[in-house]
Amino acid sequence: MSILRTEHLSYVYSQGTPFEKIAIEDVNIDIEEGEFVGVIGHTGSGKSTLIQHFNGLLRPTSGKIFVDGQDIWANPKEIRKFRFMVGLVFQYPEYQLFEETVYKDIAFGPTNMGLTPDEIDRRVKEAARFVGLSPIQLEKSPFELSGGQKRRVAIAGVLAMQPKVLVLDEPTAGLDPKGRDSILSQIKEYHQENGTTVLLVSHSMEDVAQYAQKALVMNNAKVFLHDDVEKVFSHAAEMEAMGLSIPQVSRIFLDLAGRGYPVTPNVFTVEGAKQEILRVLGKGGSAHA
Amino acid sequence: MLKDITIGQYFPGKSLVHRMDPRMKIILVILYIVMLFTGDNVGSLIVGIFFLLIAYPVSKIPMKMVAKGVKPVIPIILFTAVLNMLFVDGKVLWSWWVFKLTQEGIQLAVMMAVRIVCLIAGTSLLTYTTSPIALTDAIERLLSPLKKLNLPVHELAMMMTIALRFIPTLIEETDKIISAQKARGADMESGSIIDRAKAMIPILIPLFVSAFRRAEELALAMECRCYRGGEGRTRMKQLHLCGIDFVGLAFVVFCFALTLITNTLLPSMF
Repeated sequence: MSILRTEHLSYVYSQGTPFEKIAIEDVNIDIEEGEFVGVIGHTGSGKSTLIQHFNGLLRPTSGKIFVDGQDIWANPKEIRKFRFMVGLVFQYPEYQLFEETVYKDIAFGPTNMGLTPDEIDRRVKEAARFVGLSPIQLEKSPFELSGGQKRRVAIAGVLAMQPKVLVLDEPTAGLDPKGRDSILSQIKEYHQENGTTVLLVSHSMEDVAQYAQKALVMNNAKVFLHDDVEKVFSHAAEMEAMGLSIPQVSRIFLDLAGRGYPVTPNVFTVEGAKQEILRVLGKGGSAHA
Repeated sequence: MLKDITIGQYFPGKSLVHRMDPRMKIILVILYIVMLFTGDNVGSLIVGIFFLLIAYPVSKIPMKMVAKGVKPVIPIILFTAVLNMLFVDGKVLWSWWVFKLTQEGIQLAVMMAVRIVCLIAGTSLLTYTTSPIALTDAIERLLSPLKKLNLPVHELAMMMTIALRFIPTLIEETDKIISAQKARGADMESGSIIDRAKAMIPILIPLFVSAFRRAEELALAMECRCYRGGEGRTRMKQLHLCGIDFVGLAFVVFCFALTLITNTLLPSMF
């Protein structure tokens, strides 16, 4: 059963003015419950606009969005219900923190949902645990924390709403490699433990290759590809032509294949590369053609 | 969306009016305002309208922009018009209790309304055709004689420039914060006035925090590039008066002269 579906979704910025700009055009996607989807595309390809439609922050110029089978704009007064079903973590979410303590900030979403204090407390603590915030940090002011910790607080603020679909817009932008890996693996863990559908917008093909099962590639306001990660990266050459960088390992294997080595070029993780090299070497004889 | 709000009404273009020296444009607008208030008869108002009918097409600003500029002050125009109509002495056409409608009152009301519309249309032409940065630059130059009186003219202009520069940035930031809080279920559209005011807190606090952060970063960046006030600073864009500026000046002076002539020929109506 698809959890998130769009039908001929289009959005035009500043319609009817000289600044009119088509942000997304005729987007038809279908995301199954429990999937981990990487959303790729370069700046201005429409990915940020697209994800803001999923929880009704933007109202489509034309087309429809279905969350859990319901048309989210069927009754505009109830749009908030879908904001809790589809949790959206914006880029640089640390700039949205405002409460006196980290605890209260994480509780903002659940409180807006109208949950009981006990339930709120349980959810805040669980969300904090997931992103690795200690109980001592919960009582601190969010403005005392470091940038990476603030970002964890902001992500926890969305996790605490326990959305069915979690959408993250470049959650690792501006973090060091260690912080990036730890946040991404926490998200992956959360995904596996709760079966939450996750959409991860990322510039890094490495991250998408490593964490996602499916990839959605946006180009010039349209969906270019939406398929399993393996299949998407088999279009590596086209994606490079679009100006998207493919994972480093993929580039090496494309190059190796180009030089006549008997390797399949569809390798996009280091682990996959290892297997492929072992396979080729295991065949015995000279690998060189 | 917030992004659609235009602050600073600059309408980019390359018309003759756009290319005029902003200092000259400011002076001409001041002259035009003085002209509007010097004229005291129908003829002078026609001159005022005539000026707009020439200036707007030359600047390639659509006439409907005038309507947009006038819209916010319509209540004021109506209010003064009603007061004028009802309380000016003269030939009574209709009366009720303390109110009386006089012919002079109606004339005055119409004249005042036209004058206000001309005033707004004329001054808007300046902001439509001059970018805010050019405008502050021009103000700085025009006010520079006041430096001798120890007025921090350069600093004031720099503050204005920075403020203008950051309006779009802060609007974008506000937009983003609103979206982020809405995504966490913040409800800003319903509830009592107090509820709505409270709902602003999650937006205002992050906005202030980021504004202070930006201010600090900007100050640091300016210091790193050895900014130390206006003394001895040269400019990348030098302002020059050229032919078109004098054509503009001649046109306004011509209109002014016409106004003065109508004043002597036609009876005063104010």
